[in-house]
Amino acid sequence: MSLAHRIIPCLDTDGARVVKGVNFVGLRDAGDPAALAARYNAEGADELVVLDIAASRDRRPTFLETIRRVASELSIPLTAGGGIRSLDDARAVILAGADKVTINTAAVERPGLISELSREFGRQAVVLAIDAKRLNDHWDVMVRGGRESASLDALKWARMGAACGAGEILLTSVDRDGTQLGFDIPLTEAISRAVSVPVIASGGAKLPEHFAQVFSEGAADAALAASIFHDNMQSIRELKQYLATRNIEVRLPC
Amino acid sequence: MKIILLDYGAGNVTSVERALRRLGAEPQRSSSPECITKAEALILPGVGHYAALIRALDGRALRAPLLDAIRRGVPFLGVCLGLQALYETSEESPELLGLHLLPGSVHSLPATVKLPHMGWNQIKLTRPSRLLERISPGAFFYFAHSYGVTDAGGEAVALCNYGADFAAVIEKQNIFAVQFHPEKSGDAGAQLLKNFLRLAA
Repeated sequence: MSLAHRIIPCLDTDGARVVKGVNFVGLRDAGDPAALAARYNAEGADELVVLDIAASRDRRPTFLETIRRVASELSIPLTAGGGIRSLDDARAVILAGADKVTINTAAVERPGLISELSREFGRQAVVLAIDAKRLNDHWDVMVRGGRESASLDALKWARMGAACGAGEILLTSVDRDGTQLGFDIPLTEAISRAVSVPVIASGGAKLPEHFAQVFSEGAADAALAASIFHDNMQSIRELKQYLATRNIEVRLPC
Repeated sequence: MKIILLDYGAGNVTSVERALRRLGAEPQRSSSPECITKAEALILPGVGHYAALIRALDGRALRAPLLDAIRRGVPFLGVCLGLQALYETSEESPELLGLHLLPGSVHSLPATVKLPHMGWNQIKLTRPSRLLERISPGAFFYFAHSYGVTDAGGEAVALCNYGADFAAVIEKQNIFAVQFHPEKSGDAGAQLLKNFLRLAA
């Protein structure tokens, strides 16, 4: 009996539809978020993340409606984020049906947001998303969709975020994101060992071996991927069966 | 059957309501003492901080009618914080008094493991359970908490281990409670809620 490693599909949306594209360029439609959510729920996903990558103010009501539609398809936890800058933004997302919120740029600009959300909703509801990029001998925190440096050491920021009340860290390797070369193992391991909260690894997944590696060598508690699941390149059920054969604890359907 | 879902602003009320409706039940959300008095089954959800739940119970004058209903034998299901509230005190807010219906108290899980205890874990039965009927012994449930009842007595029908053993499922006469979130625990969680509805009927 031990805590299972989680497999988490991520739906990047423009507010209403799931979209795909590298660095916000050449976005193309990848389906209806509620339909994909229902499919992943049935296939054995452990949680689901839905992000509003455009995060424009006027599209907000559309995104909240998307969260409601997605939540009604799920019997697993839902995390939502993108453009959450205040307690009110987070409350709207939670009332729409999310169990957790992820914050990124807004937390870098104002770390107090982490503790505000944690006090209001509990630390289990606050996921600090960190986009990290290798810079010489350390990893630099990137903001605004991974495009701008925050001139902040990712290890220090992860420790500070957890101390402020983040209950989980969603760690994306900007270097690996979209490459399908596998997760960034040194980055994931460094962050995972540095903090006492669970770490979700993201960026670069393609093969089942990548997942096995990030759990066994990267010390990740969960792993997130998007397009490989949407495109049916990788079934969640088969991925979990593979991990079980590698003696990695996962939740298999009974 | 009049099922009252105590709504004091907890984050998971909507999820619990949705899960119950999926099973054909029609819970009524309420935070009024009168509704609790008339309830034929009571569900106390909760996630987040222990203090938020205890302060809400006292702030809305729900403590007395809740205790009264449970003592009269009204079937009760506590979820997550709703389980922790059944004990006398919690290390999370030592100054606040819980419902004190069961012996034991709520402690922080040890710092030797990553906290919160977040994700899917298995439980081990200590004796036959009505709430866990028709659920496979290897089933996983979704947990999201940092505190637990590590010194529960015989009312704990199942324990979970994460850094330490703690009560996962409580059963004592009409009192049922779970530390995990059945509303987020897939098919196993749905079966557990179904079992409670059947026991309460």
